Amino acid sequence: MDATTPALDTRETVAPDGRRLIYRHPLVIRLAHWINAAVLLVLLMSGLQIFNAHPALYWGAVSTFDDPALAITSEAGRGGTNRGVVYLGATKFDTTGWLGLSKEAGSEIDRAFPSWATLPAGQDLATGRRWHFLFAWFLVLNGAVYLAYGLASGQLRRRLIPDGDQIRDFGGSVKEHLLLRFPEGEEAKRYNVIQKLTYLAVVLVLLPAMVLAGLAMSPGMDAAWPWLIDLFGGRQSARTVHFIAAGLLVLFVIVHVVLVLVSGVVNNLRGMITGWFSIGKAPR
Amino acid sequence: MILPRRRLLTGGAALAGAALLGGCDRFAGTETGRRTLQAGEDATLFVQRLLMSPSTLAREFPEAMISPWFKPNGTIDPPDRAYRALAARKFSDFKLTVDGLVETPLTLSLADLRALPARTQITRHDCVEGWSCIGKWSGVPLAELLKRAGLKPQARFAVFHCADTLEYAGGGLEGGGDGAWLRPEHPGAVRDAYVQLAAADDWGGPPAGEKSGAAESGKDDWGGSDAAPEPEDRRTPIRYYESIDLFDAFAPQTILAYDLNGQPLPVSNGAPLRLRVERQLGYKQAKYVMRVEMVSTLSGTGDGRGGYWEDRGYEWYAGM
Repeated sequence: MDATTPALDTRETVAPDGRRLIYRHPLVIRLAHWINAAVLLVLLMSGLQIFNAHPALYWGAVSTFDDPALAITSEAGRGGTNRGVVYLGATKFDTTGWLGLSKEAGSEIDRAFPSWATLPAGQDLATGRRWHFLFAWFLVLNGAVYLAYGLASGQLRRRLIPDGDQIRDFGGSVKEHLLLRFPEGEEAKRYNVIQKLTYLAVVLVLLPAMVLAGLAMSPGMDAAWPWLIDLFGGRQSARTVHFIAAGLLVLFVIVHVVLVLVSGVVNNLRGMITGWFSIGKAPR
Repeated sequence: MILPRRRLLTGGAALAGAALLGGCDRFAGTETGRRTLQAGEDATLFVQRLLMSPSTLAREFPEAMISPWFKPNGTIDPPDRAYRALAARKFSDFKLTVDGLVETPLTLSLADLRALPARTQITRHDCVEGWSCIGKWSGVPLAELLKRAGLKPQARFAVFHCADTLEYAGGGLEGGGDGAWLRPEHPGAVRDAYVQLAAADDWGGPPAGEKSGAAESGKDDWGGSDAAPEPEDRRTPIRYYESIDLFDAFAPQTILAYDLNGQPLPVSNGAPLRLRVERQLGYKQAKYVMRVEMVSTLSGTGDGRGGYWEDRGYEWYAGM
């Protein structure tokens, strides 16, 4: 341990029922986690509201209106009924009911993302933007607190950088994941290697990319920091990256929640609410 | 034992989520909610101004990157008779007024404006909806006009009064069943309304000479001597208006553009004169500008938030 980073809080105790509890998540991390969850939900839903105002994506500096990389729209189907469709390049997918055409208060409307997925529920770009930009500030501030604390306390380095033996046994970890086998005892004191790499990717790559791509869409920021837009190769590219990064975050959250559910939901939630996480029965 | 608890937790979370988001919509509808949500804009304005100097330029692009089609949006064909008359005469009798808190009010024809120092810039236009186009704009820097007019010390904002009617005060066209149908939900939606309007031949009501008792003449604030004739009844037209502060008004790239891509501005893009404020979004780039009014506060313009879209919930500071 070097002198600059304080020791991690590695308290352990034994619960009355004989389970070993370790102090896994310090308060700052727990708060940051739940704030992040709520903020990301608002950002996702208001983001879909904003996307709906022009539900097409392009690559490069400008929009090539006749030739989008992705477009969500509705068009007349056979028999005079409208269909919701998604174009990915030239390939068309029928997404009626979900994307392009969905029901709002019982009647079908043309809408890229359905009303249950957007904030506000009805078409309202102005209010969607208000939510998005206020909560973007919360995301950035919360993320800054998390990163500053994580770096200063050594949490990031010690909990998220894979250990040597973990990297050597990467294949074994993949197998355990696929079999939904989760370690107990000493091994449960640390994250497994896939977990560590995923969290690192989300915290250090995906979320920062999200914020930077969002900033790159701002004409004011482009003027103040011209390098921002060059990171992405143009404003429309930045918008596309922002959308893809949002999709990856949703994918991460789905996998994260599924794994939380199957690996002991009560224990996991207790860990992230009180800090205390059970690593199984204490040896007698 | 675990299962019901799990169901309770997930069910509870879903319920809480739904209640929360329903609550979000209700919250946003209140005055407190509106003010709270506006805090994001205030923070953005504060920080971006720290990062910018008055001369910070938006990126300028090479000719080769000019978009083959510069998408017109918002009003693309003003329905106003006065504007249509100006357009029919190729804007030969167009006059821009610069007044309000200035020492010397100005009245300038297009020829006068073209004789002033000009600036040409190839910039990216970012619509609030999300799309972008690149165009080459030529026009007179707003700073040139403001220097000639001379600002009074109280002047803080430039308000742009435009020729295009977007809706009528108090609910628009009642005949449509849905009174406010002309009022778009967002800037893009206005286009469809206008395609319909432009198609309706006699939408503009009787010609000026046949009209009596123009109740709206007092609201005709773009300074034209011939009050814009509107449909026969007493509805007050709400024409487009926008505003910027002095930081943006004196920015080198803030121009009143008369050319797009080397040609006189087409009607769909705001002929004869439109504002370019390159560090902000598209709806700040007011089209059909007839009058620049210097004011000390935005409270006297529209509903007081500084622009047509701002009065409908959009950010006044659209540097985003």
